[in-house]
Order: sequence, then structure tokens, then C-alpha cells
Amino acid sequence: MAEGAAQDAFLRIEGVSKSFGSFQAVRDVSLTVGKGEIFSLLGGSGCGKTTLLRMLAGFEEPSAGRIFLDGRDMAGVPPWERPVHMMFQSYAIFPHMTVEENVGYGLKHDKGMSKADRANRVAEMLELVQLTPFAQRKPHQISGGQRQRVALARALARQPKLLLLDEPLAALDKKLREQTQFELMSIQARTGVTFIVVTHDQEEAMTLSDRIAVMDKGEVRQVGSPTEVYEFPNSRFVAGFIGSINTFEATVIARESPHLRLSVPALGTEVLARDVAAVAVGQAVTLAIRPEKLRISRERPEAANALAGTVRDLAYFGKDSLYRLDLAGGGMVQAHAVNARRGDEGARVADWDDAVFVGFDPASALVLVT
Amino acid sequence: MTRATLQRWLDDKGWPAFLIGLPYLWLVVFFLLPFLVVVVMSVATKTTTAPPFSLGGEHPWISLDTYARILTDGLYLRAFLTSLVNAAIATFFCLLIGYPVALGLTRVSHSWRNILLMLVILPFWTSFLLRVYAWMGLMGKTSWFNVMLTDAWNFLVPIDWAVRSIPMMHSNFAVILVMVYTYLPFMILPLYASLERLDPTLDEAAMDLGSRPARVFLDVTLPQSIPGIIAGGMLVFIPAAGELVIPTLVGDAGSPMIGRLISDEFSQAKDWPMAAAIAVALLVLMVGPTMIYSRYQAKAEGST
Amino acid sequence: MKRRPTFLISVMIFGFAFFYIPILSMIVYSFNASRLATVWGGFSTKWYVALFTNDKVIDALILSLKIALVSATISTILGTMSGIVLARYTKFRGRTLFSGLVTAPLIMPEVITGISLLIFFILLGNWIGWPASRGFTTITLAHITFSAVFVTTIVHARMLQADRAIEEAAMDLGSRPWQVMFDITLPVISPAILSGWLLAFTISLDDVVITAFTTGPGSTTLPLLIWSKVKLGVTPDINALATLMVVTVGLGVVAAGIIMNRAEKRRQAEERLAFQRND
Repeated sequence: MAEGAAQDAFLRIEGVSKSFGSFQAVRDVSLTVGKGEIFSLLGGSGCGKTTLLRMLAGFEEPSAGRIFLDGRDMAGVPPWERPVHMMFQSYAIFPHMTVEENVGYGLKHDKGMSKADRANRVAEMLELVQLTPFAQRKPHQISGGQRQRVALARALARQPKLLLLDEPLAALDKKLREQTQFELMSIQARTGVTFIVVTHDQEEAMTLSDRIAVMDKGEVRQVGSPTEVYEFPNSRFVAGFIGSINTFEATVIARESPHLRLSVPALGTEVLARDVAAVAVGQAVTLAIRPEKLRISRERPEAANALAGTVRDLAYFGKDSLYRLDLAGGGMVQAHAVNARRGDEGARVADWDDAVFVGFDPASALVLVT
Repeated sequence: MTRATLQRWLDDKGWPAFLIGLPYLWLVVFFLLPFLVVVVMSVATKTTTAPPFSLGGEHPWISLDTYARILTDGLYLRAFLTSLVNAAIATFFCLLIGYPVALGLTRVSHSWRNILLMLVILPFWTSFLLRVYAWMGLMGKTSWFNVMLTDAWNFLVPIDWAVRSIPMMHSNFAVILVMVYTYLPFMILPLYASLERLDPTLDEAAMDLGSRPARVFLDVTLPQSIPGIIAGGMLVFIPAAGELVIPTLVGDAGSPMIGRLISDEFSQAKDWPMAAAIAVALLVLMVGPTMIYSRYQAKAEGST
Repeated sequence: MKRRPTFLISVMIFGFAFFYIPILSMIVYSFNASRLATVWGGFSTKWYVALFTNDKVIDALILSLKIALVSATISTILGTMSGIVLARYTKFRGRTLFSGLVTAPLIMPEVITGISLLIFFILLGNWIGWPASRGFTTITLAHITFSAVFVTTIVHARMLQADRAIEEAAMDLGSRPWQVMFDITLPVISPAILSGWLLAFTISLDDVVITAFTTGPGSTTLPLLIWSKVKLGVTPDINALATLMVVTVGLGVVAAGIIMNRAEKRRQAEERLAFQRND
């Protein structure tokens, strides 16, 4: 999917930068997005994702670089002439218009469209987002989740080539958010419109997207499918931004194909990790392991990597528990264990102050250079 | 009564009673009572005694003569009409100038906005009388402003229409011009307040859905600013209709406005009941606009 | 997509020119040597000299300031009380009349307020012998009444924004209602009270219509003096007086604006600093 999308570049962003005075919000971003993709721009506040989105919508002009949509250079095209519609973070529902008038607003500009066609299209959109019974309501008479769907229907009504979603779920509460995620995906699948989603929520990006661009300080740090950016982050930043991760300073001491042997002072032992072509023996690197890749046991495990430690702290979340272990080498790791069995306290793998072992496969140990 | 119960009474009843009672009493004595006196006065009969009115005795307790005269005498009806028309025109021009200025204020950068807002408010703090006076200086026949306008007029029109000066003073034109000038801040400030509260992303949403800026204004900005327009309009219209100073200084004595008529009936004709009746009639006319104003002011200040 | 709103900017320029050209023209002509107020006859400051040596003007100014000081202070007390009442006591007998009474003077045409007070004072004088004559007292009473409602509006608006919980916290910690008011409410709304006082002071200093009706022989305030002169036409000494008033008020407002702006900026900077420290 990822490769196929990149070849058929429906949206092409070429070396785009944007500065406001001396502040550089977006630095030399190049991306391609395929037709019908859900593509997320993920990053913390101030990473430039919203500015990039506003450049796609036409509210800001790039200071440098170009944007092509379906082969057309978008430079100088004002927002009202772009086949790009946006779902605003605040939803920006017109408070003085009914739900129906809001959804039909953009259609008023299609001079060729008959009144009946327009009404049909509005009805169809209301049907799509299940708001038909609310057509005559004013925005203040509907709930937050319904407003979100009005905004979506309004943006989709004119059949945009590109739909921009600015933090589409941020204003909803947790339960509604999960349900809406799947609704968004099914609506996207039915309409086939290309979605660009801006979000700071990595879980949202992971569930929704075909591909994710992780942004930081105006730059794109990594582009890839959710699995790629999670399992194979290309930098400490991406590894830490998406999910939680244990990181340790390490030095490469030998290449033992297909593994690398690392010396990790904080762990008090040598560790085998996945080979990475870009490193050389003797290089200082970072070893990164996700908490759920660590297995806790009472006895020393058979795994290639095994560390001894004591349970310092544990937090019970219901479906799983988080352990913090003090290691023999002086370091500390976090490990997730699924609570597969229901039971009393005794069912736990380990308790406070227990001496335990953690084991992990070389394949799940990442070596990061930057 | 023990100290404790006295203390409790003070906390529970005494303190609120004091807070409410003192301003209440003041307003009843110095506002409501005088106003009721005026209402009663309007049905009294004019006499040559001092004070020049009478209720009862050889006169009827309630005489509706004054109101009958207001409805039949052309002078009074004309004065009411002049006042309402002048006030309406002034309100219209205040809106015409005030709206773009208020809208412009919301579009300039923050530092400029504070400076310009201060410039809008500044004349409001300077003497009202002197602002009227400033225009008297400009409109006079020999002033540079009149000379400039006269030259422009004579340059533009055929020689037969040439004038020596433009007769601006002592006309309804002068009254309206000065009213627009003095009341403009009352229009700009509520308009600015209601425009500034509008969410700029709504404009962007309309643009994003295909509207050009002019269309965005008509579809999004204007409908949402209607409460502000009405609040500002009433804030100009109501005092303008009862204005006394401006028509006295720059108005046409031949077609007086209501405020001037009330004052003249009272001080010159010494007809207190008549003055009172005109005042009551003016207030009755203002009840409608006032109610509209208070409804929309609440709307303009509250959320949407 | 930042385009220059050319139309708006040109109307704004026109609007501000409309605001300030008459005032600037008046200031320029206050330095006119000619006795004819609207024909330029060279530069002179003689009208300013005439002004400062005119006892009538000085007396009128002193009277105006006295009235403004007294009426602003009393109306601020009354207006603050009623502003708090409007915001905090939502249920008491006669509240509807009360809220009507604090808004009606705002929209009552000044002529009517003036005439009703005059008739009221005359009749009261006839019946109970007070006020025996009109002057300082009657003017001040009238000014208090109509400035108090402006103070009420400002204080009421501020009270609606104030957090009710801090008053309840004070009560919870043992303060009696009147202590809460002096310890908590008044300090919190003090900026509103101050601007209410300033507004009341300016309104009193500026009022001509109501003052004209409630004054008596020998009590001529500055606006009344100007009024009687201006009715006869434009004179150069009024230009000079107007210039002094406009410049004084202008400087005052600009200074107040700068002080408030600075205070606000400092507060923001402090907040930012505190925020960063928390990080």
C-alpha cells in the first residue's frame, strides 16, 4: 500500500518551507500522497503540521517550494478556488445557519447545479453522517459529536479532491473518539476522498492512517505506515514520540550477522540487537526496546538477551500491568505484561521487591544512530 | 435582643437591606419621583400663578388638552417628525461609516488596534459641547472648510450655479452632520465588540467552501453582526431623537426638534404642562426602540 | 492569504480624518491673532493669556471641578452598591423596578431628566422649603443621580465576570457578608470602580443640559459658561479654552492607556514566567 501510494502521487509537496518573520514554521518538507489514502501529519504543538495543512487549504502561501494537486500547481490559487476542503478543529459551524444550510453552503457556489440536485446532495450527505433527523436544528441545539459530523458532511458535500482534517477528534470525549475513528474510516472508504489528518495523538494517527509523517520543529522526521514508524523508528525522536520506549547508551562491539553485539553499561551486560547497515563497530549508538517486547519471568529465560533485576514499582491497568525494574547494571527499564489470567494477587508475574529476569529477542532490540 | 441575634440579623437582613435600600431610595427620590411629577404635570392646566400650573380647584383634575394639542397642532407633529427623521438619517450614516471602521479595527494588527481604539474613544472623553462647537467653526461661511467646499462646488458646476458660500449652519444638514460626528463612537464601539467576538475560522471555513471575500462578508460576517448593528443603531437613535444641544447650536430655528421644543415650552412659553406632555409623548415613542435595544444588547453581549 | 483590505483602510482613514479634522482645526485657530474666529490673522497666544486672566472662567472651572469631585465620589459609592446588588441579589421584592431604575436614566433624553428635576426641586422648595435656591447642591444631586447609573453598568459588568467562588471561599473561612465585601469583592473589582469614578467625573465635568436646568443664579459651571458664549457664535477665546480641555483630557487618556497597557504586559510576562517555571 505504502509503495503503491507513493508512485501514484496525487498530492505532491516539493521542498515547501514557511516562515513567519524570523520564525521558520515549516522547513523544506517534501511528501507525496496517493489518491484515496488517509495520510496523517503527526507531531506536538508547534511542529508545523497545522501550518502545512493551512498551506494545502490555501490560507497560507509557502515561502519556498511548490504544491501540486492532481498535477496542478496550487501556487497563487486562493482557498475558494481550491478543490480542497477542510474540517476545522473547532468545526467552524456557522452559528446562524441550520444544519442543512451549513452542509449545503459550499454547493451554493456551483452555478451549474440545480436546486433539486443541491437538495438531493445535502440529503445524501446528511444520510452519510446520520444527521437526517437534525437537518433543521441550529448548531447550538446539537451535541459535540453531531457538530463534528456536520463539519465533515459540509466539507465532503462538494466532493473535494482532498479533505483536510485538523485534529478531527480532539474535541470529543474518549468513548466517542473511538467510535468516531471507525466512522471516519468507513466514510473515507465509501467516498474514496483523500484524507490529510493533522493530529498530535499518536494512537489516533495509528488507527486512522494508511501512512504517517512524523513532524518535529517544522521538519518531517519519518514517513511510513503505522507499523513502520512504530516498529522501525529511524530516530530516537520518532521512537520516543510514538509509544513509550526504553533507551540506553550503547557501543557496538561486534557484528555477528544477522545481529550486532552491543555493550550497554546501564544494563550491566552485553546485548544482541538487530543489525543495522549504517553502523560501524566501535560506534556509539542508542539501544531502544519497547516495554511490551520485554518478558518478565521468575527464572532466567532461554532468550538471547536476559537481564536480572528487582521490581521497584508496578501499576495495574486492568488489561495489563506496567513494571519498573531496577537492573543489576544500575539502569532501569519499563516492561508491560498482559494480565491474561483473571485471578487474585497471586496471579501476578511478580510483586514489589521480587527478584526477576527480563528477556527479549534481538529482533525487538532497535539500534538508533540519531 | 441579644448581641448574637442582632449580629445575625445584620448579616442576614441588615446588610443586604442597606446595600439594596440606599441606591434604591436615592433613585426613587431623585429619578422616579421627579419623573412621576412630570407625568402628573402633563395633565395639569397652565396658569399665570407661580408655579405656573394648577390641578383641581376651578380647573379639572385631569386635563388632556396638552395631548390633544400635540396630536392636532402641526408644529408639534412636525417637530416629532423632524426629530425622528434626523435621528434615523444620522443613525444610517453612523452605520455607513462606523461599520467599515469597526470591521477594519478587527483586521489590523494588535498594536495598531489598541492605538486606533484609543483614537475612537478619545473624542468621547473630550467635551461633547466642544465637539459640536468644533463643527460650528468649520461650517461658518468664512471658515477654510466652507471656502474649500465652495471653491470645489464653483469649479464643478456651471457658472450660473456658483455660490459665495455654502449655507451649512442652521439647517437639518448641520444637525445630522454634527450628530453623526458626536455619536459615531457609540456606533463603532458596540459594532467592534460584536465583530471582534466572531470566530475568524468561520471566515476561513466559508472561503474554504468556495466563497470569495465579499461573499464571506455577506454570508458569514454580516448576519452574525446584526445584534451589534441594532445595539449600536439604538444607542445612536435614542439620544439623537431627544437631542437638545445640537439643534440649538447648529439647527434651523424654523423647524425645531423635540428636545428644543420641550425646552422652549418650558423656559420661554412657561407652559409646564405642555413641556411635560411632549416629554411624555417622546418617552412613549422611545419605548419601542429601547426594548429592541435591550433585547439585542443582551444578545450582542452574550454568546450567540 | 493575507490581502490588504484596501477598502476598509480607506474608510478608516476617512473616519479618523472626520473625527480629528474639526478638533485640529479648532486647535490651530486658537492661535489665531484675528478677532474674527474663522479668518486666519497670524499667530498669537493672546487668547490663552485672556483666558487665564478671566476670573469668570477660573471661577466656573473651580465650581465644575468641585461638583465633579463630590458627585463622582458619591455616585461611585451608590453605583458600586447597586452594581453589586444587580449581580449578587437576584431575588428581592422590587428587583424589576430596581433594574428599571438603574437603566432608565441611561436612555432618558437629558432634556426630560433636566426638566423633571427642575420641576421637582421647585415644587419641593415650595412645599418643604428645601432647596431654598438652586445651585451647587441641586446640580450635584442631579449629577450624582445620572452618573451613578453609568457606574452601576460598569461595576455590574465586572461583577458578572468575577468568580463567585472566591467570595464563597471567604465566607467559608468565616467572613461575614460585609467583611467579604470589603476584603474580597471591592478589591477584586477595584479597577472597574476606578474607571466608574473617572467616567462619573468626566460626565459631570461635561454636562450642560441637566446642569442648565438644575442651576440657579450665580452658579455657572464651565460648560454653562461655554454654552452661553457658544450660543452667540464662534469666538477665539473658546477655541483656546477648548484646546486646553481637549489637550488635557487627551493627555490623561493617553497616559492612562499607556499605564494600563504596561500593567497588562507585565502581568502577561509574569504569567509566562510562572508558567515556564512550572514546566
